[in-house]
Amino acid sequence: MGETPHRSADAGTGGTRVTQSHEWPAGASARVAEAPVSTRSPGGTGLGGGGALPRSRKFGAERAFRGLTLAAGTAVLVIIAAIAIFLVAKAVPALRANTENFWSYEGWSPNETEPKFGIGALAFGTVLSSALALLIAVPVALGIALYLSHYAPRRLGTALGFLVDLLAAVPSVVFGLWGRDVFSSPVRDFSVWLNHHFGWIPLFGGDGPFGASVMLGALVLAIMVLPIITSLSREVFLQTPTANEEAALALGATRWEMLRTAVLPYGRPGIIAAMMLGLGRALGETIALALTLGITFGISFNLIQNGGNTIAANIANAFGEANETGRGALIASGLVLFAITLIVNITARAIIYRRREFTESAA
Amino acid sequence: MTTTVTSHRTRPPAQPDSLRAKRLPWYAAPAIAVAALALSAVVVYGTGIGGPVLVVVLGAILYLVGLFAAANVVEGRRSARNRTWSALIHSTFVLAVLPLVSVVWTLVSKGADRLDVNFFQTSMNNIGARDANGGAYHAIVGTLEQVGIATLITVPLGVLCAIYIVEYGRGKFAFTIRFFVDVMTGIPSIVSGLFVLAFWVLIVSPWFNDGRPSFSGFAAALALSVLMLPTIVRSTEEMLRLVPAPLREGAYALGVPKWKTILRVVLPTALPGIVTGVMLAIARAAGETAPVLLVAGGGAAINTNPFENSQSSLSLFVYQQAGDASKYAPARAWTAALTLVALVLILTIAAKLLARRNRLSR
Repeated sequence: MGETPHRSADAGTGGTRVTQSHEWPAGASARVAEAPVSTRSPGGTGLGGGGALPRSRKFGAERAFRGLTLAAGTAVLVIIAAIAIFLVAKAVPALRANTENFWSYEGWSPNETEPKFGIGALAFGTVLSSALALLIAVPVALGIALYLSHYAPRRLGTALGFLVDLLAAVPSVVFGLWGRDVFSSPVRDFSVWLNHHFGWIPLFGGDGPFGASVMLGALVLAIMVLPIITSLSREVFLQTPTANEEAALALGATRWEMLRTAVLPYGRPGIIAAMMLGLGRALGETIALALTLGITFGISFNLIQNGGNTIAANIANAFGEANETGRGALIASGLVLFAITLIVNITARAIIYRRREFTESAA
Repeated sequence: MTTTVTSHRTRPPAQPDSLRAKRLPWYAAPAIAVAALALSAVVVYGTGIGGPVLVVVLGAILYLVGLFAAANVVEGRRSARNRTWSALIHSTFVLAVLPLVSVVWTLVSKGADRLDVNFFQTSMNNIGARDANGGAYHAIVGTLEQVGIATLITVPLGVLCAIYIVEYGRGKFAFTIRFFVDVMTGIPSIVSGLFVLAFWVLIVSPWFNDGRPSFSGFAAALALSVLMLPTIVRSTEEMLRLVPAPLREGAYALGVPKWKTILRVVLPTALPGIVTGVMLAIARAAGETAPVLLVAGGGAAINTNPFENSQSSLSLFVYQQAGDASKYAPARAWTAALTLVALVLILTIAAKLLARRNRLSR
């Protein structure tokens, strides 16, 4: 493999690069240990009588193990590439067969003899429900994280933090089931109330029926991503150096001023990263939305009427009766979802890599 | 802050009443709360625009406003802000606890209905819409097999990949792998399901199955592997980095080759942390529905062979029963959900307790 680092003759003695050791991985000091099998110069002309040491073996255990780990590392890249390749391979024939514009057509009937399907309404629904969910979840999650890290008594905070971590592990299908069976009726009542009093705002207009709406889906999504964002940002808030907090308090800051001047700025990259991870979760969420949304195909900002759809929910709903082209069409929509989440994730990771204080362990 | 030294010298300031700043009396906050609730009740019922929920919501808003105003007058602006934000932060906590408690309560109360022996011993084979019995045995078998196979695939692969990143990898290539492992954590589960559908079910499986694509538990295991791999790599990586360098250097000084050092010194030291990460990954995979829905087929009969014919899983069972029109289906769905949550939570709690005992972790 071309990436095998070039080894200079002085590598075995530490060399000049020791000063850069912070750029190396944790096992960097092990260069010396790798050296006996891989860096003996055959001439043996160096100082110190290197010729007495064992010569390198071409197929030793060291090389075999190294190759094995390298293969495992490469497998990750292969899998990501394979995901893209196979999705494209299956999507292209269906896209060819599509008789409408894939980007703008509002509807999904790929199983007919003249397949018609478009991603526009689905992508819109995906982004709308995720954005709404995040809009609701982020302030609440930050509030809880601050409460757990700086307001609650330490023991209570630790116990509740543990509980939040547990809630982050609850499968999405459970939230979906709860949203459909329990939460939909208060949301319906609330929707009717909103429609009655605020019907003049287009967001809350319409003649019903209400309930299985974008609002229900977004609220369920918000409740789902809440534990994730809370647990990540709580971890960041707890990492704020005590010296910073005490300095703020010593200068006479109130507790809120201390949070605003010391804790929040310190945690900002972490908060952004947690938000992006939550957004990634929300964008890809399938089952909870398939159970709560009232599956329609159309672009509408109305939040409370039955309707709404997302790419992932549509895949779960339409997969059952899909034929060859139908599967291809769903795979094409999955490809679009993959691209959207990839962009979100790469952005989030770029932010994290820029500021490394934030170490996340949960996701 | 702005008093000057000169003024102090010429005319000493009058002795303040108290060194402490003025504060709201202890009964101010509850009094404001009661007043806000009363006012909001009068407004809401007077105009007839809503019920008790609106009273509480409006009361909370009025309370925040009233608290800010009172504190602003008595204690000053900064303290008023502090009080208001503190009240807001506490109220977010209450706001979030309500739905989460409701989820847990519903899960336990509705899930208890069908929590009987029959549920864990029967499958849904030949269970019609009018039959009250039927169970999730086939789904439990499916979940255990699929997650088991996925674990067998991902643990060696993930640990080796983490070893490469931490111990061997240098330069651009290792960084690229690390970056894409991170990116992979964000792949939606349904996309991994579609990938396995396109790759295994539609292209590879016809070779073994007389040219017909076939759903199988193994395909679901593959899809779950794609989801588990990055989690395991990341947690293993973190743990390997926490292994103290002197341990490695001690081994090297004794002449132990690097691969043996990794296998005999580094890995055993990091083992508890790695196991924790694996258990968390398993817990996450066990709860995934979407990939299983796409590639496992979701058969109703007990099928213990993951390589042939369709299989179900607990989460898929919940989804199927949720969509079933039978009046007995919701009870089955909730009991299966309770079983699933119990499984996932036991794994998670065990993993966290293990992590707490781990001497390496922060």
